[in-house]
Amino acid sequence: MLPVISHWLTQFVIGSSLLLFIAFALLKINRYLLQQLTTQKSLVNRINRALPQTQCGQCGHPGCLPYARSISLGEASNKCPPGGQETILELAELLNEPVRGLDPAHGQFRDFSVAVIREDECIGCTKCIQACPVDAILGGPKLMHTVIASECTGCDLCVEPCPVDCIDMINQLAPSISQTTTPYFDRLSSPGVSS
Amino acid sequence: MSALRQLASRFFSSDTVFARRTVGGIQPLPFKEDSLRSRIMSTPIPQQLTIPIGAADGPEITLLVDIGEQVSKYKKLAVINISAEGVSDVPVHAPTSGVITSIENSIVADHSQQQQLCINLAADGHDEALQLEPQSNYSLLSRTDIVFLIRDAGVIGMGGAGFPTADKLSKCAESAIEFLIINAAECEPYITADETLLRERANKVVLGAQILKRASAARRCIIAIEDTKPDAIDALNQALQNETGLDQGCELVVIPSKYPSGSERQLIQCVTGIEIATGHHPTENGIVMHNVGTAYAAYEAIVEGKPCISRFTTLCGQALKTPKNFEVLIGTTADFLFELCGIETSNKQKSIVGGSLMGSEFGSDKAAICKTTNCIIAASANEFQAPQAEQACIRCGFCADVCPSKLLPQQLLAFSKTADTTQLLGHGLLDCIECGACDYVCPSQLPLVSTYKESKKRIENRRQDLELSDYWQQRFQFHQYRVKKEKDQAVSRKAVVPAKPTLAAEPAVKEQNDEADFISKEQASLDIAAAVARVKARRDEKNK
Repeated sequence: MLPVISHWLTQFVIGSSLLLFIAFALLKINRYLLQQLTTQKSLVNRINRALPQTQCGQCGHPGCLPYARSISLGEASNKCPPGGQETILELAELLNEPVRGLDPAHGQFRDFSVAVIREDECIGCTKCIQACPVDAILGGPKLMHTVIASECTGCDLCVEPCPVDCIDMINQLAPSISQTTTPYFDRLSSPGVSS
Repeated sequence: MSALRQLASRFFSSDTVFARRTVGGIQPLPFKEDSLRSRIMSTPIPQQLTIPIGAADGPEITLLVDIGEQVSKYKKLAVINISAEGVSDVPVHAPTSGVITSIENSIVADHSQQQQLCINLAADGHDEALQLEPQSNYSLLSRTDIVFLIRDAGVIGMGGAGFPTADKLSKCAESAIEFLIINAAECEPYITADETLLRERANKVVLGAQILKRASAARRCIIAIEDTKPDAIDALNQALQNETGLDQGCELVVIPSKYPSGSERQLIQCVTGIEIATGHHPTENGIVMHNVGTAYAAYEAIVEGKPCISRFTTLCGQALKTPKNFEVLIGTTADFLFELCGIETSNKQKSIVGGSLMGSEFGSDKAAICKTTNCIIAASANEFQAPQAEQACIRCGFCADVCPSKLLPQQLLAFSKTADTTQLLGHGLLDCIECGACDYVCPSQLPLVSTYKESKKRIENRRQDLELSDYWQQRFQFHQYRVKKEKDQAVSRKAVVPAKPTLAAEPAVKEQNDEADFISKEQASLDIAAAVARVKARRDEKNK
């Protein structure tokens, strides 16, 4: 009786351990594949998040996400003027590349500015409305247009199509914001460290 | 720590509050004797008052007066709507009677160092006041009534942060409050405004503390004061003995003198032993803290019915002959106070608002006193050393020893230089209270706190940029969706042939409009031709 039981037992143990092993291996493979997929996707996402999302197309792509995809496939990351030096640094760090200056073929750094329509000169042609990537311009055919300043990304795309050149880019950054305060420290007495 | 506290509570009765040892801190020379020599003085009414009503790009401001209007003392001039829901309205009252001359940007003696919108009031000297409504039966007032009256009086935190007191009180309704702590520590060198206030008007401060206690429904009210202020402690003890209190007595806790024990989180830890976690509010732990000056303002608002039109400000510094404390009207300019103290203009090198460790310089002596200006120093040339050339960090670790937030200042400096945001946040940059203790002890004269401030600003700007870019991305995606949808609809519209309009009433209408239509079309084409010609001319000019 005993050998029979032991035989059953060995069979059971070997069988179950095999099953466990296969399950474990499957899980590992599954996880590996998933990881491969998500890292690829998250790299595009992370690049996209580093880009300023002005959708200006100065990099030669129709929007920031296509450029992010293209960067993840190996395109140079220094083609984004609105992002400024910070975006270039961040992307270089993210992609583990040496930091390069901005590619001058794609424009120059500029302070953040917002499009403003000179309303008395607007003829209501709706061309800027069609050009705006974020629907920040209001107006109708043969009616005056205006830019919603809080929605404008400063992408410049509406300036070119305007037949009467009535759109200006107005600088929005007040210089006082970047100024920092300098505190004055009391250094008359010798430093007293209390513990 | 909790085990120790359990042990302690076995020996003492569990209700005993005692000062605990806190981390870090320094003991700088106080420089307080000069301004402590005289009593609090009220100022004469200045001819011109510049009353700050908030930053121009800050919260929304509702003006209640016009330029050229004659106003009486205590009249509401403006309401600052700090939050959009309209719950955080802080009214600003006229400190004296007079005529509003203008409303413009000018410098205010506070830490923001930015110009604020100010109401200029030319005083007429009559000081005609509106009738006040003192609440003689203040002990019968309900909690909401007290909060309403304090809000209406425009009381904000007098310690320096300037958070609306009524908001703090109504926030207390959300959680059960165990401790109300009245902060009388005043640990920074030079500042003596709270100390003199307690020395002379301790009764009123205690009454104010009781009002705040009732309004926040706190179980216990603790007044925490440093042991270097014996006169103030005596006065407080006297006041607490004579107390004819509303509900229950306030308690006095004397804490060891150490900078920065007057900081909110440090004082809470010193008195209650509770450490408030980053990003959490003390009310979540059942603690609320108010400044002594705020307690006095609450007393004035309720018992005397008087709105917040003055505050206690220390004037000191070697350039002044008689440094002293003033009960100064909000909107008085700094040079007026300097004159009162007998200023030696040749000796004065710079003016500093706040104490010597956390204070910042303000450029113009025309700067106005606002509700949070606790001290003004007219410093002589040899009083403060100019920032010296910075040397290399020698890793002495003094800064880490004295940091009250248990941070590693030298590491933070290194990460700030490389702009490493993840490391900075990981090392707790946002916990830095900018007390300046690390600067004080640094033997290499490194500009630590100013660097941290810059880093904080940079991180905040980056966060805002990210928020904005997320929004733009959403808008762009919606734009793409909209364009695609319209295209699809255009295709399907072509497929369906539109039905011919019925020939009933339309022609008649059309005949009527024909002429007008034609004229307007002609006009439009002329307009467009003119505009195109204009542009051509301009382009030609540019090309030339």
